[in-house]
Amino acid sequence: MENFTPGSALTGGVLIGLSTVLLMGLVGRIAGISGIVNGLLWPAADWAGWRLAFLIGLIAGPVAWRTAGGFVPPVEITAQLPVLLAGGLLVGAGTVLGSGCTSGHGVCGLARLSPRSLVSTLIFMAVGIVTVFVIRHVIGD
Amino acid sequence: MKKFLAGFAAGFIFGIGLTVAQMTNPAKVLAFLDLFGAWDPSLALVMGGAVMVTFYGFRLLRARAAPIYDTAMRWPSLTVIDARLIGGAALFGLGWGLIGLCPGPAIASLGIAPQRTALFVLAMLAGMSLTRWLRQRRAEAAAV
Repeated sequence: MENFTPGSALTGGVLIGLSTVLLMGLVGRIAGISGIVNGLLWPAADWAGWRLAFLIGLIAGPVAWRTAGGFVPPVEITAQLPVLLAGGLLVGAGTVLGSGCTSGHGVCGLARLSPRSLVSTLIFMAVGIVTVFVIRHVIGD
Repeated sequence: MKKFLAGFAAGFIFGIGLTVAQMTNPAKVLAFLDLFGAWDPSLALVMGGAVMVTFYGFRLLRARAAPIYDTAMRWPSLTVIDARLIGGAALFGLGWGLIGLCPGPAIASLGIAPQRTALFVLAMLAGMSLTRWLRQRRAEAAAV
């Protein structure tokens, strides 16, 4: 556990929590990233600029943080290109089918004590753990 | 305009939160999922902190009929636990475990490391569009 960073993890988590409360209090929406993207891809009757604005802010935040001298960790991706693309496809398909991801189900849903989100979070966590286990300790060894 | 600015502010804080928490680094996420290797529990504290603040914040907001810049609070209303929810979560978990990226960090990384994440995001958008299209086609076929 030499890479454990409890202080920054908790601080970052609190900031994410503040963001979800802000979005609900000001715009009345759940800060679920896959849902926000999905609503932009397929503009429905409830299309609104706040979705686009949220994503622009999501990209601008880390850039501003780096400009202000904050620590920005490296983005380390070791997967080969076909695996990277397969991963993206699966994440896209899965979040549309399952109506949410780590933010919508994992943060907002758990905070609402939603059984649906609890089931979703337990499953994507378990499958993620098994996937990493197979890649690193079954195929990898 | 106010809704636009509110959305921007929320996204901005979300992006900084992910960066501070180091969740924009897929290696950090995979280290959390690697329970049987050099396990890094950081992600649990990120989620714990976020859930705690959201839990109390949402409890305060529950009493409100409307947000400040709109006319209704859109609380999720779905409660059904079906094959779609379970299958979707499983597919998502598989993709997440392969790369260590989920939608938030993938998009948040577009400004700081686009060469790494842009292809993933494009594939993700394709996966979303394809799934929506297939679902719509199935719904139309069922309606005939």
